[in-house]
Amino acid sequence: MSTPLTRAPDAAPAMAPASADRDVRTMTYLQAITDALREEMRRDDRVLVLGEDVGAFGGAFKATEGLFREFGADRVQDTPIAEAAIIGTSVGAALAGLRPVCEVQFADFVATGFDQLVNVAGKMHWRTGLAVPMVLRLPSGGGFAGGPFHSQNPEAWFMHAPGLKVVAPSTPADAKGMLSTAIRDHNPVCFLEHKHLYRRIKGEVPVGEHLEPFTAKVVRRGEDLTIVAYGAMVHLAAEAASRFEDGRVEVLDLRSLVPLDEDAILASVRRTGKVLVVDEANETCAAGAQVAALVADRAFSDLDGPVRRLAAPDVPIPFSPGLEQAVLPTTDRIAEAARELLDY
Amino acid sequence: MLVEDPHRTTRERPVGHPTLTRADREALLGFMVGMRTFEERGVALYKQGRTPGSFYDGHGQEAIPVGAAFAMGPDDVICSPLIRDLGAHLVRGTDLTEIIRHHLGRDNRLSRGREGNVHFGDPAKGIVAMVSMLPDMFVVAVGMAMAFRLRGERRVALTFFGDGATSPGAWHEAMNFAGLRKEPVVIVCENNGLAYSTPTSAQFAVSPADRAAAYGMPGVVVDGNDVEAMFAATHAARERALRGDGPTLIEARTMRMHGHGSHDDARYVDPAVLDAWRERDPIATYAARLQGDGVDVDALRAAVLDRLDAAVDAALATPLPDPASATDGLFATEEPGPLGRGDAPWSGFAGPGDAGGPGRPAGAGDAGTGR
Repeated sequence: MSTPLTRAPDAAPAMAPASADRDVRTMTYLQAITDALREEMRRDDRVLVLGEDVGAFGGAFKATEGLFREFGADRVQDTPIAEAAIIGTSVGAALAGLRPVCEVQFADFVATGFDQLVNVAGKMHWRTGLAVPMVLRLPSGGGFAGGPFHSQNPEAWFMHAPGLKVVAPSTPADAKGMLSTAIRDHNPVCFLEHKHLYRRIKGEVPVGEHLEPFTAKVVRRGEDLTIVAYGAMVHLAAEAASRFEDGRVEVLDLRSLVPLDEDAILASVRRTGKVLVVDEANETCAAGAQVAALVADRAFSDLDGPVRRLAAPDVPIPFSPGLEQAVLPTTDRIAEAARELLDY
Repeated sequence: MLVEDPHRTTRERPVGHPTLTRADREALLGFMVGMRTFEERGVALYKQGRTPGSFYDGHGQEAIPVGAAFAMGPDDVICSPLIRDLGAHLVRGTDLTEIIRHHLGRDNRLSRGREGNVHFGDPAKGIVAMVSMLPDMFVVAVGMAMAFRLRGERRVALTFFGDGATSPGAWHEAMNFAGLRKEPVVIVCENNGLAYSTPTSAQFAVSPADRAAAYGMPGVVVDGNDVEAMFAATHAARERALRGDGPTLIEARTMRMHGHGSHDDARYVDPAVLDAWRERDPIATYAARLQGDGVDVDALRAAVLDRLDAAVDAALATPLPDPASATDGLFATEEPGPLGRGDAPWSGFAGPGDAGGPGRPAGAGDAGTGR
């Protein structure tokens, strides 16, 4: 019998993408996150979850529901409202050999614990050679009248801080597979889970161990235009693409922002010759800006049109639904931009 | 300003000075002399333009890191020694030549030239490097202590910060977490009267030690210029933590005798205050006491100097890091290694009697073979 919080798994992680003969179960994006936490906590006794209201209550969004009952108060820890301490003590626990997964109740709140993330965790390995294996779960994104403090997409903050990995899955299977991969990573990983996908998006998810690499994925094939998106925008992009003839518009789901799958982006754009980059985040210095710069720098001669971007303007996300929709990219606006590029 | 009864607000007094041997006492003096000698050389190297960036010293505060670190066991971690705490590194046995290489920006295994001044740690010795945002590493230390507690290990985390670090919100968050969960963390607040140029009178209305009770832990005021008092208080705090009774905040009262860094002439400090504190120099007073007990202090100083000279020569002969290495190693690719391997030469007073002595402070005998 192993001592709690000390047993590391025996087997080396193996990337095992879902195959046709694997058992799958249909679940929501949110259930897939819970499933990943449960699987990884069963597999590795060093994994613990901590955050505000994550214990018996199961978290503000119920992402940790059932974990307290199964794993107990040491491994599913309710914390005071103190993001710097949640993140900072996780850094310490990681340095001391555990694998903490922090839930930041809303991604917007991470700003109150930012220093521990960008100055302590992010710089640790480069400065000292010490690994900080921890995951920050960040419920992010808008679309449901959350207002300026419950709707942000702060991923660019983390992309600009060296030493942090940043991932943002769009499907239940990827949510499970990439969270599992994040927990097994030896570095701090910011895991952006889009709140608007939590219960709206269902899909088949492999049962048991499931790992997805931090790479991009073509989710819809096309020959004339690539739409690059991640998170909730992947679904809008796919819907916009479906308004055109089959085979015209390709949708590339970035899935990971750091590392950024440059090869996948360039391969797609070189094939289609046109690119539309969509961000739900504010436009300036967003992930999409990095993608646009990459394409301009390394695929210029393959382009048949301007690199187009569609993102939220540089204002906070408004509360009133009409105002919010005026700010966030919509399927109509994506389809309109795609049409203009196709006609270019 | 700070000349007062150091035990005025003590609520839990150290219970004597447990079993310090003569060898221990020589070691305590040796580490303090080692720290001061090193730092005097460091200032000189900085003024000669050989040290890039800046240099910070803890002149007059040597008793605090030396006394505190001396009370730790080999499995304990220090997270983290700060700019006045070189002595803690020396007690743990971090290789002296490597430390000097680090200061000079030469290639070295502690920081590979990526960090400067006292921003280094030796994981093999259970030391994590500090960051500049204080008291961030206090928060991290609480997390380490949490891991030790959850795994049922008999280990503590020792953390250092200054009076200035008791103002940011992170201090409150760490105090609250540590007190709430009774984490095995030993908290040393070095109250040297100044946060850069700002005196404590302009920083807070209630002293850090008095605030400790509000977080459910004892606050102990110790004479930070008395190495044995620091040792005893830290030893008692460690014992308390290992009993499961939680953290202790030790407020070590002292005076910053130099500027914030070598670039700072500290003309904002009243010279009369410095004169008063100079009379209480932790090394001079302890050396006089040990000399009275028959310790050959001159020989101890000479041995420290010899080792320092050799280490400086070796460090100056070391090349600068390869510029091409600046971008590698951002991400870890392997499972984290253990922090501290139990082979730190010191288990404080409980260590073998011959572990102390004048030879130790300069870090001689450590081949520097850590990770």
